[in-house]
Amino acid sequence: MTAAPLLATALVGVGGALGAVSRHAVGLRVEGRRSVLLVNALGSFALGAVSAAPIGSTAALLLGVGFCGAFTTFSSFAVGTVRAASETGARAAATIAASNLAAALAAFLLGSFLVAAVVG
Amino acid sequence: MERTPYGFLLVAAGGFLGAVARHAVDVGVAAALAAAAAGTSPEILGGFPTGAGTLVANVAGSFALGLLLTRASSDRVRLFVGTGALSSFTTYSTFVSDAVALGTPAGAWYVAVSYATGFVAAALGLAAGGWRRR
Repeated sequence: MTAAPLLATALVGVGGALGAVSRHAVGLRVEGRRSVLLVNALGSFALGAVSAAPIGSTAALLLGVGFCGAFTTFSSFAVGTVRAASETGARAAATIAASNLAAALAAFLLGSFLVAAVVG
Repeated sequence: MERTPYGFLLVAAGGFLGAVARHAVDVGVAAALAAAAAGTSPEILGGFPTGAGTLVANVAGSFALGLLLTRASSDRVRLFVGTGALSSFTTYSTFVSDAVALGTPAGAWYVAVSYATGFVAAALGLAAGGWRRR
């Protein structure tokens, strides 16, 4: 890491604040578990793109660790899946668990391949 | 509350703290693993820490969110601690990125362990908060 610790903290924090606000904005427009799936897929696409781009450690901390890290969420996903298992059944929970993984993984790979293709 | 500027400010402040805490855990866990692996082979040192900090943050955050959502006393607390801090402390994008970086079969094991421990942690958090199965 080339950024000084205090600068790194500020970059990650500002990116995290923007990521959390963006996730909240999506959550106000899209119903609960669908919004978690949506932010996890979109944020993974963005992280794939950021990871493949030649942007340096400053932008990587702000956009990758901060924004994409905070825009996506594991805790809301885990709590939502456990609740679905109890309220709707194991099949509903398995669908949520599998769809988040499949969508986020495909989005991450797509984001990184697209940027790698453009950057050459 | 959740649509007001004040609500967004609470989410932003929580998001700042959650992301900074996750980064600190990531750096701290990687340093601890590097110290523990000192003196052993460089291959272990080079490959092992990937994803370890993210796993710790995701599991701890899932427990805490389960507890919070059953116990949150107000919208203010839910927005600041839940939507802001804990949801930003945990991450799905970095989890996927780490799984890809680990390759096969380590990445598949990383996903399986993260899912299993994350779900157990969330269930324990919900139970500790007094949430009842229906």
